[in-house]
Amino acid sequence: MNGTNATSTLVDRRAAVRTAPPVARRVRGMSDRAIAWLFILPTMVLLLAINIFPLIWAIRLSFTGLMANLPNPARFIGIDNYVDILTDEDLWTNFQITAHFVFWTIALQVVIGLGLALLINHKFRGHSFWTTVILLPMMLSPAVVGNFWTLLFQPQIGPFNYLVGFFTGIAPSSFTMIGSVALAPWTIVLVNTWMWTPYVMLICLAGLRSIPDYIYEAAEVDRASSLRQFWSITLPMVLPFLMLAVLFQAIQAFVMFDLVNLLTSGGPGSVTELVSITLKRAAFEKWETGYASALAVILFVTIFGAANVYVRALNWVKQQ
Amino acid sequence: MSAAPSPRPFSEPSPLARRLAAVVVVLYAVVAILPLAWIGATAFKSQADAIAYPPKVFFTPTLEGFVDLFTVQTHQPHDFIAKLPPPQTWYEKIARDRDMVIAGPSRVVERFLNSLIIGFGSTILATFLGTLAAYAFSRFRVPLADDLLFFILSTRMMPPIAVAVPIYMMYRWLGLYDTRIGMILLYTAVNVSLAVWLLKGFIDEIPREYEEAALVDGYTRLQAFRKVVLPQAVTGIAATAIFCLIFSWNEYAFNLLLTSSDAQTMPPFIPFIIGEGGQNWPAVAAGTSLFLLPIVIFTIALRKHLLRGITFGAVRK
Amino acid sequence: MRMSRTTLSLAGAAGTLALTLAAASSARAEGKSLTMCWAAWDPANALVELDKDFTKETGIEMKHEFVPWTSYADHFINLLNSRSSECDLIIGDSQWIGGAAENKWYIKLNDFFDKNKISMDTFLPATVVGYAEWPKNTPNYWGLPAMADAVGWTYRKDWFAKPELRAEFKAKYNRELEPPTTWDELIEVSKFFTGKEIDGKKVYGSYIFTERGSEGITMGVTNAMYNYGFDYMDPEKPYHMTGIVNSAGAAKGMDVYKELFTCCQPPGLTNAYMQEGLDAFKSGEVAMQMNWYAFFPGLAKDPNVGGDKIGFFMNPKGPTGQFSQLGGQGLSVVAASKNVDDALLYVKWFAQPEVQQKWTDLGGASASKAVLLSDAYKKSAPYAPSFVETMGIVKDFWAEPLYVPLLLDMQNRVHDYVVANKGTSQEALDALVKDWKKVFKQEGKDPS
Repeated sequence: MNGTNATSTLVDRRAAVRTAPPVARRVRGMSDRAIAWLFILPTMVLLLAINIFPLIWAIRLSFTGLMANLPNPARFIGIDNYVDILTDEDLWTNFQITAHFVFWTIALQVVIGLGLALLINHKFRGHSFWTTVILLPMMLSPAVVGNFWTLLFQPQIGPFNYLVGFFTGIAPSSFTMIGSVALAPWTIVLVNTWMWTPYVMLICLAGLRSIPDYIYEAAEVDRASSLRQFWSITLPMVLPFLMLAVLFQAIQAFVMFDLVNLLTSGGPGSVTELVSITLKRAAFEKWETGYASALAVILFVTIFGAANVYVRALNWVKQQ
Repeated sequence: MSAAPSPRPFSEPSPLARRLAAVVVVLYAVVAILPLAWIGATAFKSQADAIAYPPKVFFTPTLEGFVDLFTVQTHQPHDFIAKLPPPQTWYEKIARDRDMVIAGPSRVVERFLNSLIIGFGSTILATFLGTLAAYAFSRFRVPLADDLLFFILSTRMMPPIAVAVPIYMMYRWLGLYDTRIGMILLYTAVNVSLAVWLLKGFIDEIPREYEEAALVDGYTRLQAFRKVVLPQAVTGIAATAIFCLIFSWNEYAFNLLLTSSDAQTMPPFIPFIIGEGGQNWPAVAAGTSLFLLPIVIFTIALRKHLLRGITFGAVRK
Repeated sequence: MRMSRTTLSLAGAAGTLALTLAAASSARAEGKSLTMCWAAWDPANALVELDKDFTKETGIEMKHEFVPWTSYADHFINLLNSRSSECDLIIGDSQWIGGAAENKWYIKLNDFFDKNKISMDTFLPATVVGYAEWPKNTPNYWGLPAMADAVGWTYRKDWFAKPELRAEFKAKYNRELEPPTTWDELIEVSKFFTGKEIDGKKVYGSYIFTERGSEGITMGVTNAMYNYGFDYMDPEKPYHMTGIVNSAGAAKGMDVYKELFTCCQPPGLTNAYMQEGLDAFKSGEVAMQMNWYAFFPGLAKDPNVGGDKIGFFMNPKGPTGQFSQLGGQGLSVVAASKNVDDALLYVKWFAQPEVQQKWTDLGGASASKAVLLSDAYKKSAPYAPSFVETMGIVKDFWAEPLYVPLLLDMQNRVHDYVVANKGTSQEALDALVKDWKKVFKQEGKDPS
């Protein structure tokens, strides 16, 4: 299978099954069916134990007022936690902060990532080397990255402000990226974008490379302008790839914890307190386990719901 | 892959366009790599240089940061130090020059070891389980296969913090809190989803004819798997293993919340490498650099497979 | 990327080894040893030195587990909660006493003290209440006062002595340039220094705590608020907070702290606690610094800013009084320890007057009256007199079992107002009262 139909493996689930022979074929030794189950079972058991069982437990916990650091048993309190969550203004603000973060980092990643992919596709000398260099940030541990960016952003001792000052003439100590209410939300967008733009770039590059030559040659024959070619050939064919990248990155940004926790701790104040940070504080600092479980369940549902809708849209785009 | 040159978005770009593209991309790459360069440099600065303002680009390199990273030191008055026997090793000397005495190894080594143990342990396990499951999904018509596969993928969509809450309770109950086995199991569970998807893609690409031939020759299915499929899947297995390793290596949230000291790995530990009361930037930078180095090496080694790895095998070149 | 069979089997072997290592239990070290747990800072290093004497006398090896301040509470409270035997002795924060007593994390020491004739009267009363007693002001002891500490201030004596600056200050404010004694004076002096060029660098007036994650900004703001009328509850009516926590005076105190932050805090230090203060002061960035007395011995010896260049003063007073935020910790025996007898032996040894004196000499801070109230001590260091006086005016945060949510709520509201400019101080305190009522209700108390 080459790359032309590549996105189908993820979203067109049936393709995976269509090519396999029937299970119940008897050959020498263990039957195929037995082997299939033997091979798949351990994985399933592990996933059930570590993913599904805790999820069910969390749902159960979300209906109690349990505080995990006290020895008292859990009291059933019905939907109180959910009501608390849905009527909490501060929490609603956190969701807005998260939405702002997700939207802007995705927007920037798409623009810069696609742009870089288009440029790299010019295949200038050394482009694969520089591609690898650009890819490095996304492979690093977000927590470690978040931590060392705090040094880079220090107004007095960090290079970032000085570089900005050098190029724009603004005094380095006159602004602080992670300490100011106005700039902090953009700072987390900036660092996350720095980290993950290569991801979008790589996927767009694959998309660009999957467009066969003859389509462009045909367009040339029809005397389509470069812009026209981009608009009606490149963009539509890259779109499924781009949408896939956006799906992964949106989920990743929505649940982001490591990077922001170490970069700003949700501060100043609660200006960059993403929902994941609120959850961590409720669960592991205030030990409001019941409440935190309810919030966790709400997050699961949100992500699954949104991803489902999105995948349907992606399938629709692929049909076009 | 066709034999013709790769497609281009516009008709053959002019040399000027190529050069312009090169300039922009190289510029971006250099800017993107600057933070890493700064951290690498800070690892070799003295404490005073690291917090100098304005920040120093040129400085005299020293190994203080690394010594601070790997040892615990205590501050001693001059006369006490003067009475000690002369330093035996180069790192002793570095410490003494700053009025410090080395009191023993720091806990970085344990954390590094934990990162290795938990990283490799979960990688081996996840790759093993993943290979088996991927083979089954690839070769057999498993009932509900597409649903199972989607289920496996969806486990990666859960926010780690949210999953951590019930897992914390579960682990405390089972006695797995702050144990390496506990972390290995958890990371394996997270990695196996990636492993199954990636390996299925790799195994799908191995033509079935070889196994069919082996079966005709009288091999059992299991023997065919071992002798025919596995050797051809080695590259895919290796690539998958490295992706799993990278995840386990970089993981922060679960480790932060589910361990306290025995099973703690580097990521939760690095921000708290302390000097005489707070963050010691050269030591932190040294730890960060050493920690990031394997990843850089892996990335370069894996660059042909990166696309496949980051999209769970959905996209391949 | 081709890999030979051998490489793959080697990797497999490595992995198996890793798994085996993980599964194997760690062997206990031979011989007697005790593990002492504390926070990682200068005094902890002094403790390592001090403990060598204990090992010499008893042959028991002392192991130390030090955790950075930012994760000190999280880490050890988790440990204590899970009844781990990792620590035999712990120098726990004063805030933990309530939780420790009610959850039986520590061993109650009354009988032990009686049997070994260790009297709490030999320690400063504030330290006994703060580091040992729960409930407060009752003779139930859960620790031995180990590290006396409170918030104090340092200042650049050499800058205050510069004639041009003295003249300029006198002309502007019509009084001499001296270390401030009231918060109003503190703000004046801070504003005076902010923006000046001294020794070729732009400097700022003062450094105050602003840390958001653990306890930093609360430990700072209380030093202003206490002196403007803030208190935790009505002394006559327990857990009655309305009108006291959010009194007009309390709000004014928060405003004053915010004013100092806005005018005179060096840029970028919006989430800064102990180490950043030390860095700022040592690098010549600030004229005055708020920090814990625990660091002052080290600062006094600092090659860049120590000796004649440094001076110390107590937390300035406000309209309603003069208090300083209590720091410090007590030494306790962990109930889950497997070496309780040896641990108690250590406590007995630590309580001896000679050891207490050596503890202070090495860089710790004994809470013993004999050490602190002696003439020798007052003359021993420039910060000593103000330290002794400060320990007489200390006030502590809640030490309730549920102190963590109480602290986190205050961290949240204070940081939101002081650093993030959200709302007014009155609004922040009103919200805080609501937060705290909720927490106390969970504890089963009756707040109002």
